[in-house]
This record gives sequence, C-alpha cells and structure tokens, in this order.
Amino acid sequence: MARVGSTARSEALICLRGVAKGYRRGSEDLHVLTDVNLDVERGEFVALMGPSGSGKSTLLNLIGGLDVPTAGTIRVAGDAITALSRARLTAWRARHVGFVFQMYNLIPVLSAFRNVELPLLLLPLSKADRRERVATALRVVGLADRLDHKPRELSGGQQQRVAIARAIVADPTFLLCDEPTGDLDRHSADEILEMLHHLVAEFGKTVLMVTHDPRAAARAQVTFHLDKGELS
Amino acid sequence: MRFLPLVAANLLRKKARTLLTAASFAVALFLFCLLVTIRAAFNQGIDAAGADRIFVTNRTSLIQPLPLAYRDQILKLPGVEAVTYANWFGGVYQDPKNFFPQFAIDKDTYRDMYREFRIDDAAWREFLSDRTAAIAGAALAERFGWKVGDRVPIQGTIFTGEWNFHLVGIYEGSKPTDDLTQFWFRSDYLLENLPEGYPDGLIGWYAVRIAPDADLVEVCKRIDERFANSAWETRAQSEKALAASFVKQMGNIETLMLAVGAVVVFTLLLVTGNTMAGAVRERTAELAVLKAIGYGDRFVLGLVLAESLGIALLGGVAGTAFAKAFTLGGDPTGGLLPVFYLPDGGAVAALFLALGVGFAAGLAPALQAARLDVATALRRL
Ligand SMILES: Nc1ncnc2c1ncn2[C@@H]1O[C@H](COP(=O)(O)OP(=O)(O)OP(=O)(O)O)[C@@H](O)[C@H]1O
Ligand SMILES: [Mg+2]
Repeated sequence: MARVGSTARSEALICLRGVAKGYRRGSEDLHVLTDVNLDVERGEFVALMGPSGSGKSTLLNLIGGLDVPTAGTIRVAGDAITALSRARLTAWRARHVGFVFQMYNLIPVLSAFRNVELPLLLLPLSKADRRERVATALRVVGLADRLDHKPRELSGGQQQRVAIARAIVADPTFLLCDEPTGDLDRHSADEILEMLHHLVAEFGKTVLMVTHDPRAAARAQVTFHLDKGELS
Repeated sequence: MRFLPLVAANLLRKKARTLLTAASFAVALFLFCLLVTIRAAFNQGIDAAGADRIFVTNRTSLIQPLPLAYRDQILKLPGVEAVTYANWFGGVYQDPKNFFPQFAIDKDTYRDMYREFRIDDAAWREFLSDRTAAIAGAALAERFGWKVGDRVPIQGTIFTGEWNFHLVGIYEGSKPTDDLTQFWFRSDYLLENLPEGYPDGLIGWYAVRIAPDADLVEVCKRIDERFANSAWETRAQSEKALAASFVKQMGNIETLMLAVGAVVVFTLLLVTGNTMAGAVRERTAELAVLKAIGYGDRFVLGLVLAESLGIALLGGVAGTAFAKAFTLGGDPTGGLLPVFYLPDGGAVAALFLALGVGFAAGLAPALQAARLDVATALRRL
C-alpha cells in the first residue's frame, strides 16, 4: 500500500526520498516542497489533494520527469530519474509516463486518431501496428467512432478521453493526471473517473491523480494531502 | 516521414498566413529569377562570344569604318585562320521603335566564321545567288511574323534610301545564349548601292578566327601593329573582351540589381521570421505537450524548421515556375534584351536561396521552441 513519510529502502514502483523543490523569486526563496517521502506501488490509484499553490502540480511534474528537484532522489521502477540528463529524461518520459492535464492539451489541428498516435511515432512500430494500438486505446475510452474528429468537434469530456487514450496508448509504466476533471461537468467528470478506475482495476495501471474534488479523490484507493510543503 | 502529417497540419493551421508568407517568397523569387535573367541577358554576349575569335574595329571608335583592303593583309598574318567582315546598317523597319541589329555581311566567309548559327544549306545557296537576299534570326522572324519568301523593306538611316530585302532563310542558334534577333544581308549589295557621296571600300569591322595553336593576345598585337601609324589604325580584341566592355558600361545596373535582391531577401527574412516566431509563440502549449510526451528538443527544433522550409519551398517553387513561364515568353522589352531566358543554374540558385532564407528565418524561433522548458510552459496555460 502507498505510504508517505517512510525513509526506509523500498521496492515500490515510485519512490521519493527527501525530495525538495524551491524557486527563487527575486531575492526571496520559495520552498514549495521541503522533504517529501512517498512510495507508490504498482497497480495503485493514488489521489493527491491540497490547497491551491501547495505544490501538487510541482510534485507531479517532478515524478513525471518534467522538472528536477532541488534535493532528494526519485526512483521509478528502480531507475533514479533525478540522475538523468535532460535528453535522457525526455526519452524516459516517452517510455514510462502517460500525462493527462486539466486542459486536455490535444493538438487542435490533428484528428483524434493522430493525437493518440503521437506517442507511438517515437517507437519503432509499423504503420499497421500503430493503427491497431490507436484503435484499441480509443476503444478503451469509448471513442472508437470518433477517429477522424478534430478536438474542437468533441465535447470537453470526449477531449479528455482522447487525452487519456493518448496517455495509455504507448503502455506507460504509470499515469499522471493533473486535475483531469477540473474543467468538466459532474457527469463527464464521473465518466473520466470511472475510466481511470477501470484502467487500474482491469489493466493494472498505476495512476497518480491531483484533484480538488473530494468525490474524485474518493474513487482512489489512497488519498494524500499536501500542505505547506509536506505530504500527509 | 511519419511526422509529415504533423508538419502538414501545422502548415494548414492558418492557411491564409501560410499562403501569404509563401506568396512573399513567390514574389521575391520571381523577382530574383528575373534579375538573374536580365543579368544573363546582359552577359549573353560574353557567353556567346567565340573563344577563338578576334573583333577588329577602328581604333578611334567602334563606329568608325576600316578599309576593306585590310582583309587580305590580316589573312596573311601568322596565327590567323579566317577573316570575315560586316557593316552596321542601322536601318528602321516600319517604326524606329522596332529596333534590331542589321548587318551587311560578307557572303563568302561569314557563315564559316559564326558556325554556332544554324542555317540550312538550301537557304544559304539562295543567299549566295540573290543579291537582295536576307536572313533573319528565328526570334526576329517570329517577332514580326516573317516567313521565308517575304519582302522586307528597311529604311536606311546611315545609308539613306529605302532598301528592299528578300528573306531567304531563318537561322537558329546552337546554345541558348546565341542571339537570334539579327538581320543579315549581303555586303556586296550594300557596297554596290551606296548612296551618293558615300566613301567606297569601307567596312564596319573584321572578325578573325585564330588558328587552334595560336595565342589570341599575340595575334591581336600583330594585327594592331600591322596597321599602326596608318590612317586607319585598328583595335583588335577578343570577342569576349569586347562583350565584357559592353557589359561594363552597364555595370552599375548589375550592382543595383544585387542591391535590390539583397533588400528583397532581407525583407523576406523579416516576414518569414515574424511568421515563424508567431507560430511558435501561439503554440507554446502544444510544443510543451509534445515535449512532455517524449518528443526531444531536437525534434521540436526540426519541426519548426521543417515548417519554415516548407513555406519557403512552396513559395520558391511557385515563384521560380512563374519566372520560368514568363521568360519562355521571350524578351518583354521588344528588342533590348535579345537573349532572354532563365538559366537552369539560376533556377536552382533561386530554390537554394529560398531554402536558405527559410532556414535562416526559422532558426531563431526553432531554437526558442527547442529551449522551451516544459514545466514552465505548462504552468503558463
Ligand atoms: N517556475 C516557477 N517559478 C516560481 N514559482 C513557481 C514556479 N512554479 C511554481 N511556483 C510556485 O510554486 C507554488 C506551487 O505551485 P503548484 O502549481 O505546484 O501548485 P498547485 O498545488 O498545483 O496549485 P493549483 O491547485 O492551483 O494547481 C506556487 O506558489 C507557485 O507560485
Ligand atoms: Mg496545479
């Protein structure tokens, strides 16, 4: 089971030890994260809550290799990603992380199919293989019939489902979702949550989700709270 | 290759902007190709000039005559293989605006001297047998709609009176730089019908072909020395040197053209650079997402450059193609630029220029995109 505060050696899928992140703002030092220790096991659905500005996105970005901590180490599946160069980190993200953002962040000029295909273009796959994988991913999110739709021809909930399809299509080690339902109505939000739950329950995916919504957090197996730079 | 749809989609994102930028390329490259064409037209004399031919004129001025008697004396000089001569006629066909060069040529030697011009043997035989015969360049005949057998009346200005010629043939060139706008008729016809009071036995210039092993500069010197201190001193120079001296008189035009070209390229750089900078700016979020899902900095760099090069190629090809089509229509000035064509090298240079500008314009925005920090960019959303 996922836990916080442990400094012991761990075999967990995601393992943070003494992670700190600060920013310089003018002459001031801003300590967003001070000493975060976190373990997340494979196949878990973890929710992360906390007031605005508490550093949830910052933490997620660190785990996803989009940013590097000021101190501490982050291990994923045994690899210390905090030791990787910028270029290696990029390649690592392609293999291990699926991102879902609040604002869907699809490429507006590409069809749903092409959007979902993007991560696959980085892999040595044939056109037929890619086609099949994209179709599968879109079927999982229930959009098999929307292949050729551009993002603006889809509802917010549908766009977020396409984003989830894009996040899972390359079969990453884990998913990071930053307020995936933040911009959706209740009904669409429930659908997305159901989908994430389904991915964990049926496909054994590991999901880390930031949310402000207690109902959303309730769908997760564990919920952590981030406040004043500390995780509890 | 698999990323082509992405590049294409980006190009089609703002069709009007892509099209306008590409159109700037098209216009600029069209202009560039025209400049190349005009430059080639100016230089055609140099390119067309025979490397083994010497042009002998009066030392005082190009338009002063030389005695016909020099012909045999030049022929006897060592290193000289053949000699021909001609006169500038300077007549008017219908209207002074219809300018084209008319040469009274020596029927026995001229054809052999200028082998680059192609005339069929039957036409030449008729030229030899008909004193009023004339031969026109293919471009000239086309310009005035002349056909073999036509009567061509020309009003003499230097040699006054109306001269009637019988067009017996049309000559072609053997390379694109050959001037196909000349009008030839027989020198003997001119000399025998000189207007009242006009001095006899004078011709305009000599053309000399040197022997294969002769040194051109040496032969020139020999010719000039042979007639030094006579009443009619000569200036012998290679045909190329003569043509080059003509071009030199127009030399500033070339500098001007280069300056105009540079301004155009610079403007293009700004326009395209601005387009690409705008494209990158408005796509910051998308570029950040691409990076987040594993696309490297270098890929993003290439993506932006590919787009810039795509626009450049689109416009460059269009502009060059238009220019080619335009020049195929021939000299638009009606006789000032007898040889008017876009050299293949010029078209290739135009495309490379377009790509170069596209690359240069896209580089700064592309680098900016490559350096984009994902975490910071996502935060700005
Ligand atoms: N690049 C940066 N430079 C300076 N300060 C930053 C930077 N990134 C984040 N911060 C600051 O770090 C703090 C945490 O930001 P973060 O986005 O992680 O919060 P959050 O918990 O995700 O908030 P929200 O719920 O509003 O999304 C904020 O005070 C923010 O202003
Ligand atoms: Mg946040």
